[in-house]
Amino acid sequence: MKPQSFAYVATSTVEEAVRALGEAGEDAKVLAGGQSLVPMMNLRLARPSVLVDINPIADLAGVEVGPARLSLGALVRHRSLELGVSPGALGRLLREVAGHVAELPVRVRGSVGGSLAHADPAAEWCLVAVALGAEIELAGPGGRRSLGAEEFLEGPFSTALAADELVVAVHLPLRAGWAYGFAEHALTHGSFAQAGACVGLELLDGVVAGCRIAVMGTSGRAERVPAAEAAATGRPAEAAPDAAAEATRDALAPTGYGEVTSDYLRALAAATVRRATAAAATGTVEAR
Amino acid sequence: MIEVSLEVNGTARALRVEARTTLADALRERLGLTGTHLGCEQGACGACTVLLDGEPVRSCLLFAVQCAGHSVTTVEALASEGLLHPVQRAFHERHALQCGFCTPGFLTLLAGTLDRAVELGTTLEERDLAELVGANLCRCTGYRPILAAARQAAAEMGVWSAPG
Ligand SMILES: Cc1cc2nc3c(=O)[nH]c(=O)nc-3n(C[C@H](O)[C@H](O)[C@H](O)COP(=O)(O)OP(=O)(O)OC[C@H]3O[C@@H](n4cnc5c(N)ncnc54)[C@H](O)[C@@H]3O)c2cc1C
Ligand code: FES
Ligand code: FES
Repeated sequence: MKPQSFAYVATSTVEEAVRALGEAGEDAKVLAGGQSLVPMMNLRLARPSVLVDINPIADLAGVEVGPARLSLGALVRHRSLELGVSPGALGRLLREVAGHVAELPVRVRGSVGGSLAHADPAAEWCLVAVALGAEIELAGPGGRRSLGAEEFLEGPFSTALAADELVVAVHLPLRAGWAYGFAEHALTHGSFAQAGACVGLELLDGVVAGCRIAVMGTSGRAERVPAAEAAATGRPAEAAPDAAAEATRDALAPTGYGEVTSDYLRALAAATVRRATAAAATGTVEAR
Repeated sequence: MIEVSLEVNGTARALRVEARTTLADALRERLGLTGTHLGCEQGACGACTVLLDGEPVRSCLLFAVQCAGHSVTTVEALASEGLLHPVQRAFHERHALQCGFCTPGFLTLLAGTLDRAVELGTTLEERDLAELVGANLCRCTGYRPILAAARQAAAEMGVWSAPG
């Protein structure tokens, strides 16, 4: 099918885009990579009357490595992250995760800001943002504000974004002494995962001193699993994967759908937590 | 209607299109470049894959107006001066097509990715090639001859990292 007619507005600054969204009203949509929005428009599941194209905004495509955080502009493409935007443990994690987001031609266009704004419950970048405690920076008519990932992602396909706001950047904390792991289960490589986990471990003399664990696929959005974090903390690194997996299985009660039962999802979540924790426990540690 | 100037297969073109015209439809219906096929129009099948500034993209998910000032390469321009691209030749020699509906998408996907690997000086392993051809759908061949062609072309272009 073909999309319904719309007015096209190309913008070259954040201010211009925010103004265009304000003038166009509720019915306008931001166009980033178009890899989620345009399929919905082609199916006429989305019928925006105005598309505000942010692709020409050069300011949104940058990457900044600061002392305490890695900042990704909203328009940084999945493909750039796959090719590598920063060194160290976090850069490595992002490279690995990007390779699991869709297929190469989709990664060439799809953007990290678009993934967060779209808030698909199976989106890898939403999982990573929750697991690492990312800050999402938004721009609106009143200026800028930042929200934690858990506050920003409100539910399936639903965020705290107002109709005239733009995601401008995602800031990921750089934590010295931390190592990361990611695992997901998808029916074929590149397709949306049924479940996945992202884990950060602070390792001190082979013992887990700090831990952040998030899973996706078990509810309408990526969620931390505090019970698994508590179970892994204080343990020797080798014992952390099993402890975290067991706690995940006990803590979660996902709702099944179709042939995918609640028990199956619980087992998948636990298995991906085990694999992601094991990967972190043996992975590169962020330099101090 | 919006005026768009872009480069298609090395030639500057100016088009008047509706904003909602996808690049795929502009290529097929306005420029007569029907080598680019449309299957799903949802980004899933890859039949519509073309190169945008050298990178493979789904032309069903891009509006023609977004391509102003950019360069687009379709399957029609992979061969140059009567010489097939190594990927095209490998498809021919390895019988990597049956009905041929998916073929233009695979050719642009592979040619774009292998050409870029040559530029970057990187190599692809078996696993990379398998993942890459998994980006597009083929209902006929079962993929084995497509992978064989991909391997052959990658080897010929010096970007194949054979299993150790
Ligand atoms: C075949 C296929 C397979 C896929 N598989 C996966 C997968 O496995 N995992 C995965 O995570 N994703 C997958 N995707 C989706 C892909 O990652 C998209 O790129 C991503 O979800 C959206 O990013 P985008 O830049 O394309 O956004 P768009 O499609 O342009 O926009 C998506 C939504 O977000 C809004 N938006 C975009 N950017 C901003 C911004 N900066 N500020 C405010 N609002 C904004 C838009 O208005 C729209 O509502 C797949 C897509 C396809 C076509
Ligand atoms: S027609 Fe574009 S991906 Fe199927
Ligand atoms: S050859 Fe028929 S779909 Fe691939």
